[in-house]
Amino acid sequence: MSAREEILARVRKAVAGAEDVEIPRHYRTNRQGEDLVGLFAERVDDYRAIVHVVPAAEVPGKLDACLGERRMIIPDGFDRAGGWDDVNTADGVVTGCAVAIAETGTIVLDHGPGQGTRAQTLVPDYHLCVVRADQIVAGVPEALARLDPARPLTWISGPSATSDIELNRVEGVHGPRTLEVIIST
Amino acid sequence: MRVALFITCVNDTLFPGTGKAVVSLLRRLGCDVDFPAAQTCCGQMHVNTGYREEGVRLARHFTEVFAGYDAVVAPSGSCAAMVREQYPKLAKPGSRGAAAIAEVAPKVHELSEFLIDVLKVEDVGAYFPHRVTYHPTCHSLRGLRLGDRPTRLLQHVRGLELVPLPGAEECCGFGGTFAVKNPAVSAAMGADKTRNIMDTGAEVLCAADNSCLMHIGGTLSRQKTGVRTMHLAEILASTEEAQ
Amino acid sequence: MSATFLGMPGSFPKNSRKAVQNSQLRFNLRKATHTIRGKRAGVVGELPDWQELRAAGKAIKDHTLRNLDRYLLQLEEAVTRAGGTVHWARDAAEANRIVTDLVKATGETEVVKVKSMATQEIELNQALAAHGITAYETDLAELIVQLGDDFPSHILVPAIHRNRSEIREIFLDKMPHVPPGLTDDPPALAEAARLHLRERFLRSKVAISGANFMVAETGTLVVLESEGNGRMCLSLPETLISVVGIEKLLPSWRDLEVFLQLLPRSSTGERMNPYTSMWTGAVEGQDFHLVLLDNGRTDVLADEVGRQALRCIRCSACLNVCPVYERAGGHAYGSVYPGPIGAILTPQLRGMSSELDASLPFASSLCGACYDVCPVAIDIPEVLVDLRAKAPHAAAEKAGMKVAGWILNDHERLAKAQRAATRARKLVPKRLPGPLSAWTDTRDLPEIPEESFRDWWERNERA
Repeated sequence: MSAREEILARVRKAVAGAEDVEIPRHYRTNRQGEDLVGLFAERVDDYRAIVHVVPAAEVPGKLDACLGERRMIIPDGFDRAGGWDDVNTADGVVTGCAVAIAETGTIVLDHGPGQGTRAQTLVPDYHLCVVRADQIVAGVPEALARLDPARPLTWISGPSATSDIELNRVEGVHGPRTLEVIIST
Repeated sequence: MRVALFITCVNDTLFPGTGKAVVSLLRRLGCDVDFPAAQTCCGQMHVNTGYREEGVRLARHFTEVFAGYDAVVAPSGSCAAMVREQYPKLAKPGSRGAAAIAEVAPKVHELSEFLIDVLKVEDVGAYFPHRVTYHPTCHSLRGLRLGDRPTRLLQHVRGLELVPLPGAEECCGFGGTFAVKNPAVSAAMGADKTRNIMDTGAEVLCAADNSCLMHIGGTLSRQKTGVRTMHLAEILASTEEAQ
Repeated sequence: MSATFLGMPGSFPKNSRKAVQNSQLRFNLRKATHTIRGKRAGVVGELPDWQELRAAGKAIKDHTLRNLDRYLLQLEEAVTRAGGTVHWARDAAEANRIVTDLVKATGETEVVKVKSMATQEIELNQALAAHGITAYETDLAELIVQLGDDFPSHILVPAIHRNRSEIREIFLDKMPHVPPGLTDDPPALAEAARLHLRERFLRSKVAISGANFMVAETGTLVVLESEGNGRMCLSLPETLISVVGIEKLLPSWRDLEVFLQLLPRSSTGERMNPYTSMWTGAVEGQDFHLVLLDNGRTDVLADEVGRQALRCIRCSACLNVCPVYERAGGHAYGSVYPGPIGAILTPQLRGMSSELDASLPFASSLCGACYDVCPVAIDIPEVLVDLRAKAPHAAAEKAGMKVAGWILNDHERLAKAQRAATRARKLVPKRLPGPLSAWTDTRDLPEIPEESFRDWWERNERA
C-alpha cells in the first residue's frame, strides 16, 4: 500500500463513528461605519512604522518628499516614472497594496500591478506603501473576503521584528527595517 | 433549608475544625445541617493520579450517599469541582451512572457559592480583626469560576483588613499527588507563593481549600514565617463573642 | 548542528529538579513568560468576540479532523492543480528520505530553513547532515540554538532559556565575521543575525519550511513569522519544500479569518505578527513540494479524548502561562514539544515506553491555566488525566492506592483508619521516610487532630 493510501486508511479508521460538529460563527464580520482611516493610522503607528494621512491631491508631493534622493524600486504599474532596477543595491521600494486592515494595522500585498514581486518588497531596507482610504477594511474577515487565494499574498504589520530575545519585540531583522505608509484620503 | 454537609476526606481526617465552622456558620444562617454518615471521598486523588477504576467506585458511592438532598455544601472548591466538572466525564453517556451524576452534581455547592447564590447573603455577621490575604486556589478559580464570591464575603467581615495577594491566580504547587511526584517544582512554586504572601504583610492566609493550605501552610511553617493559614469557613464562623 | 532529543535519559521529576536549581534559567524564564503573559492578556482583552472566535476555532479544527481524509484529498488536488507536487510520509524516516532525495535532485548541498516544528520533530537536519547536506536555520532563536549546539526549549522561542548576555556570548564565540564590539543590546544582536544570514539568503537555491495552515479548498499554504527570514526562504530560492503535519489543514479560505486572529494574539501577544506569507502551488517560477506528515498523528486521532491535542496551532500560550514550565524549563520535557501541550502530545506521538515519556502526563499540577488561554480550547487537564490512567504505575504506588481506595470506599473502614491515625498522632516524625519524604523535605506536616470530624459529629450530634 502506498503511503498515501495507508495514511488515508488510518485516518478513516481513526474517526469512524465519530460525530461531526457544526461550526458556530458568532464572531464579528461585515463591520462598517467606523473611523477606519484613523484606526488604521493609529495601529500602524503602534508598530513603530511612519504614517502620513494625506488628501489624494497631495500624495504626489508627499511621495516626492519621502523618496528624496533614494535609489528606489518603482514596480510596473505604479503611477510614477523612473526607478532603480537592482534589488540588492536599491535603498527602498515603493508600492501600493491590495487591501489594508484597520484593527490590526496590516497591509496586504497581492503582488499585482504597482505592488512589485515578493523579492522587490523584501530585500531593500525601506518600504514605502501608499494605501487608498477605500482599501482599508475593519478587520481580518473583511480583508480575506476581498483577497484572491490564487495570488501570492504578503501580509505586513509594521517593520521586520523579532520577539526572540526575552520575548520582547525588537524592530529590524531581515525584512525592511523602515516601513512608511501614506494613507491617501 | 435542609443542607447536607460533604465534609471531604481531607477535612474529615485532618481539619475537623473547618467542618465544625461550616456547621456553626450554616446554623447561624438558619440552615438545618445534616451529615450523611456513609460519605467518604469524592475520588479525586484516584482519578487524577490515573486510578480511574477506584475513582469511579468512589464517585458511585458519592452519588448514592447524596442522592436525596436538595443541596450539598462542600468546604472545598477542589472537591466540589471534581463532582461538578469531572464526574460527568467519568460515566458512559446514557448510562445509569450518568443519570445519577446529572441528578446530584448540580446540587453540590462550594461554601461561598452556597452562601451567595443560594442563601443570597454576603454579610454573614462575622468578626475577625486581622490582616488577611486570600489565595483563590485553581479549582475554585478556573474550575468552579467562583470569581470574587469569597472576597465579597471576606469584605463584609467586621474588623478584617483584606490585602490583595500578588500573583494570586497562580497555582501554589500542591496539585494533589503532584506535590510528591514532582517535589522540586512543587516546592519552587510553593516558595514563590509564600514570598508573595509574606510581601502582603498579612497575619493570616485564607483559602477555600485545606489541601492547598496544607501545602502552603507546611511551607510557611517550615520557613518559620509566623503566618497562619485558615479556611474561609473558619473566618466566616468567627464572631465577636467567640473572640 | 543542534543536539537530538530522541533517546534522552531521565524523567521529568529528575530533569526539573536540576532546572529549578539553575537560578539564571529561573530568572530568564520568569522574565520572558511574565512579559508575554501581559502582552497576550492585553491584545486578547481588546477583542470583544474572543470567546466566539475560540469556539469557532475549536469547531473548525474538530470538523476538519472528523473529515480529514476528504480534506487531504481536496488539498492534494488543489496544490497539484496549482503546479505543486504532493508527497505523503507515514513517519519521520519516510519524510526525511523524501526531503533528502528532493534536495539531492537539485544538486545542492546547502539549504536554508524557516523555523518549523514538524522538521524538528522528525530531526530533518540530522538526516540531511548524514547525506552531506547542511541545513541552516534562519529564525533568530533557532540560529541561537543551532550555533550554541543546544536544545530548543520553547515552541515559539526555542532560545527562551537564554538571555541577551548569553546570546551575545554565543554569537561572539560561534558566528564567523561577528561585528567587533558586539553589545548585548537586542537591536545590535538582531543586526548581527541580519548580516550573518544576508548572503546566504541571496545565494541559497533550496529552502525548507513548515506551515501554520493549509487550506484544502484552495491549496494555499500559510506561514506566520516576524523577522522576514520566512519571506526570504519562501520567495527567493528556486526550490521550496514544505513539510507539514496532516492536522494543519483548514477546510476553506474563509476559515483563516478565525485563525489569523487567534494565533498572533495568543502567540507573540501582538494584534498581528509582522509578516504572513500565503502561496498556492508553484509561485513566480518556483519548484514547490509539499510533504504531508503523519508520524503518529493518526494514532492520536484514534483516541477519543486525546485527539483534541491535534487542534493545537502551536501558539505557545499554554507554555507561557504554565507555572510548571516556568520553573522546570523546556528541556525537562525531553521533546521539541515542551510545556502543557508537550505533556499531552509527546506521550501520544511517541508512546509511554520510556521513563521520560511516561512521566510527562504527571508534569502538571492540573491548575487549568493552560486550558483557559488555549485559543482552540484544548482541555489539557482532561487529556493529562486520561493519559495518567494509561501510564504505567510503580508497584508500590499501585498497592498504596489500592489500599487507600479500599479504605475510602466504606465509611466504617475510614473511621477506623482515622482513629488509628489519631492514636498514633504523637508518633509521626517531622521527616517522613521513603517516597513521602518528598513532602517533608520542604514542608511541615499538619498536626493530626485528636478526633476526626465524623467522630466529633457522632459524639455531639447523633446523641
